[in-house]
Amino acid sequence: MSTASAAGPLLSVQDLGVTFGTADGPVRAVDGVSFDLTEGRTLGIVGESGSGKSVTAKALMNLLPSYAEVEGSITFGGRDLRALAAARERHFWGVELTMVFQDPMTSLNPVKRIGEQIAECLRVHLGRSRKVATAEALDLLERVGIPEPRKRLRQYPHELSGGLRQRVVIAMALACGPRLLIADEPTTALDVTVQKHILDLLDDLRRERAMSMILITHDLGVVKGRADDVMVMYGGRTMESAETPTLFGRMHHPYTRALLETIPRIDAPAHTRLVPIPGRPPSPAEVGRSCPFAARCRHRIDDCLDGVPPLVPVPVGAAGAEGAEDASHHSACIVSVGSDGRGDS
Amino acid sequence: MAGSGTDHLRDPAAHDDVVLRVEHLVQEFPAGRSGGRRQVVHAVSDVSLDVRRGETLGIVGESGCGKSTTARALVQLPPPTSGRVVLDPGAATEVEMVALSGSALRAVRPRMQMIFQDPISSLNPRRSVRDIVGEGLAIWSKASDGLHQQARVDEVLEAVGIDPEVAATRRPHQFSGGQCQRISIARAVVMDPEILICDEPVSALDVSVQAQILNLLEDLKAEYGLTLVFIAHDLAVVKNVSDRVAVMYLGKLCEVAGPDELYANAAHPYTALLLGSIPEPDPEVVVDEGLVDSGELPSPIDPPSGCRFRTRCPHATDRCAAEEPQMREVAEGHHVACHHPLVAVAE
Repeated sequence: MSTASAAGPLLSVQDLGVTFGTADGPVRAVDGVSFDLTEGRTLGIVGESGSGKSVTAKALMNLLPSYAEVEGSITFGGRDLRALAAARERHFWGVELTMVFQDPMTSLNPVKRIGEQIAECLRVHLGRSRKVATAEALDLLERVGIPEPRKRLRQYPHELSGGLRQRVVIAMALACGPRLLIADEPTTALDVTVQKHILDLLDDLRRERAMSMILITHDLGVVKGRADDVMVMYGGRTMESAETPTLFGRMHHPYTRALLETIPRIDAPAHTRLVPIPGRPPSPAEVGRSCPFAARCRHRIDDCLDGVPPLVPVPVGAAGAEGAEDASHHSACIVSVGSDGRGDS
Repeated sequence: MAGSGTDHLRDPAAHDDVVLRVEHLVQEFPAGRSGGRRQVVHAVSDVSLDVRRGETLGIVGESGCGKSTTARALVQLPPPTSGRVVLDPGAATEVEMVALSGSALRAVRPRMQMIFQDPISSLNPRRSVRDIVGEGLAIWSKASDGLHQQARVDEVLEAVGIDPEVAATRRPHQFSGGQCQRISIARAVVMDPEILICDEPVSALDVSVQAQILNLLEDLKAEYGLTLVFIAHDLAVVKNVSDRVAVMYLGKLCEVAGPDELYANAAHPYTALLLGSIPEPDPEVVVDEGLVDSGELPSPIDPPSGCRFRTRCPHATDRCAAEEPQMREVAEGHHVACHHPLVAVAE
């Protein structure tokens, strides 16, 4: 994923670092994250709480608090996002680059009607008149599959179910025709049947509008089949990144494999003993000078504690497969344990 | 479906090891007035269940299906609107909990303990972990003296993987979410309950910690001879831990079966919809394109007539609106409440 296509990537993040100054000293939430996203593709970022996935998204959206120290470069459509942020170019975010958050209740204004909230984006960013903005809001509600859209325009967020609210948030994110939509755990607060609808909707919209998308989730199942590329994060760093079929087929990093093995499988017989990952995820304050997963890793050797392993291309030979080297597959692990992941068979 | 009936209950005479039997459980809550009429939330409507000793009953369903309300009604928090919750049915020690109150109810309660979803907010932040775990024992004077009590607390803390030395002085905020859930489990197990009710015990945990807790529950179940009622919305988690699974929708039972049977031969359209909605992390598994549905849950204040799932069901007919389906057996130990089940039924 770190190689750009001929046309150049839509989004290029190089060596992103985010440090929060806290009362207990600096906390490094994101450390040396780099990735490219080509126009029209979906990147899935997978990680547990504290892995730095949401902080990465907020850095892209210029939503980090003032006490966050950001390093590295973010280039979007050839423009330097950090320079734009410094210049207070606020019509960039929310127009070309938008975000859908996890909790649809708290991301809507509870005392404003749905229609006004959607129309507001159009009026503020695109200078639409009240009448035109309301008509467009109606179209958007229809497009995201909200039944009785005319009635919904006049309703308040609390009158809608969680799934409908998330559709409203998606409608707002789409209002100004973004080139990149960042969805941060868009379905985590929703039921499984609703989740499928929302993910399908995002997929359809992305295709229809030739948008790019970053889908952030803790669930490997959500990215599979929906993301073109996957980046697995842990302890603020990228552990492994690859095109989705490669990642699931030739999983290299012990963390990625442990994550897949530890999840109960729907097709395994009942009472199948689970393979736990010992310990707990590191808190960002603990991010130090070794592989972040070393403390919990089955394959740890002494060298793992000595320096942070760099993200390097995975030699295809190690995966036991033949063919040309896959330049898109990177892993940050110095232990060559072979790729005997389940997905391999 | 989403129907009633008791066909899936096992005959206490034939199965003397049924430890908990729930019959026609109804839980309703007032919901204010509308147009001068008093409104009622039908949270649980005529649900019957039973659990055998040493068995894990999984209850699965989406938010609003009444699974947590059912769990809480079992321990009488609050007591159900109507229905029976019977411990040791058919035995000399049979107790019907709904009819009890005051000290009689208190005396029965230690036999059922509960674990909640949010491990941090379910522990008192001001007390040491050892005090939290030992409080039930202290109240019930279950151990003859302070020293025995201490030993029992330490033993259970060890069993759940918490160092008793550390627990003596530290408070819950000094532990991670996974450790707090272990402490909650210790607090429940220390009372030596017969039945452990787990209400979404792993849904607040990171996926890498989830397996630790699920394995721990399996180990404790074997070690202490526990019977588990395990409530979750994650179908794969429920399948992993359960000996029998009940699927709930909008306050009603849809289907009850053994986990392997249920997941292989779902008979209820709602079960099929749930299974078809799961994002599957393994590329080898091909999930059938699921049913088409509107995705919106009807209001529990004014639930649909007949089968409550009919408004989302692709197979719904006039009969589903007119007549509530009753539980019936479609295979050995596999019961479904549906007029048009997805598997063949011998009428």
